[in-house]
Amino acid sequence: MDFTEDQIQRYSRHILLQDIGVEGQEKINNGKVLIVGAGGLGAPIALYLAAAGVGTIGIIDGDVVDLSNLQRQVIHFTPDVNKPKVISAKEKINLINPDVKVITYQKLLTADNALEIIQDYDFVVDGTDNFPVKFLINDACVIAKKPFSHGGILRFDGQTLTYKPGTACYRCLFHSPPPPNAVPTCSQAGVLGAIAGMLGTIQAAEVLKYLTGVGDLLTNRLLTFNAKTMEFRTIKSKPNDKCPVCGSHPTVTGLVDYEQAVCDIESHRKNKNN
Amino acid sequence: MSKIVVNGKPQEIETTISISELIKLNNVAQPDMVSIQLNAEFVNREDFENTQVSDGDEIDFLYFMGGGSI
Repeated sequence: MDFTEDQIQRYSRHILLQDIGVEGQEKINNGKVLIVGAGGLGAPIALYLAAAGVGTIGIIDGDVVDLSNLQRQVIHFTPDVNKPKVISAKEKINLINPDVKVITYQKLLTADNALEIIQDYDFVVDGTDNFPVKFLINDACVIAKKPFSHGGILRFDGQTLTYKPGTACYRCLFHSPPPPNAVPTCSQAGVLGAIAGMLGTIQAAEVLKYLTGVGDLLTNRLLTFNAKTMEFRTIKSKPNDKCPVCGSHPTVTGLVDYEQAVCDIESHRKNKNN
Repeated sequence: MSKIVVNGKPQEIETTISISELIKLNNVAQPDMVSIQLNAEFVNREDFENTQVSDGDEIDFLYFMGGGSI
């Protein structure tokens, strides 16, 4: 593609980077990325990918903006309360960068639609708030041989892992979803708003590295941090031969909708009725 | 005594102990929910009791983090 004068100016700080240049920026502009969840993680991911000029951004989320989201979901503004999150996010992306084509899916990612939706994208980013969908994203991406970034935050902690076919997947490290309500989510236990930005921007950087082929991805490494101590650590991992989805004798060969924590479903309902 | 590394930090233990004992020793809040890596390799929960940790081993406790969207 040929960049216009405006585009050269808009992307000049990327183009100046020796590792990226015009060629790398073209790869970004041709990239297609699906963001699952337009919340705490999805917000910074979408903002930075839009600013970077990722050509097509898909956003899937079935929720509407709630007042309690605004403490960290920086893509949504006060007048957006009660607006579908995907619409609110699309409006901001269009304002940041008209180069970006935004595709919205105002629904939940499920076992029925996951493979069909992800097939159109080069990379999938997990910005979800619950384990059933985190495992669904993992299984769908492993089965479809699609790279993705896992992200999770809770209280003052964050963790992220990048998957490419052949590297350790989320299930290699976390075998199966915890029973409903066994592990608190942010809506139950709270989360420091800024760590959504800390982790989301790391995930956005991984996407840009993947699209441009620059540097070493967080594959076979789980990055964890704690904002209280500000200690960051990468934990080395390996593909697990006994992994239920990517191991040598997989037991997970299709997609499943795992049971959602009851209190989360209730809080969803409450939010929808607001 | 054996010198091991737990979550990136050095720790001294009796000559050898099992992963189950190490989890207790470190007061892990939800022992049923922790994932364990021994020298970068996943350890099955059923093997926590009979997997021994010894001098020079590196152990990581991995915790579920579910947040992001809501």
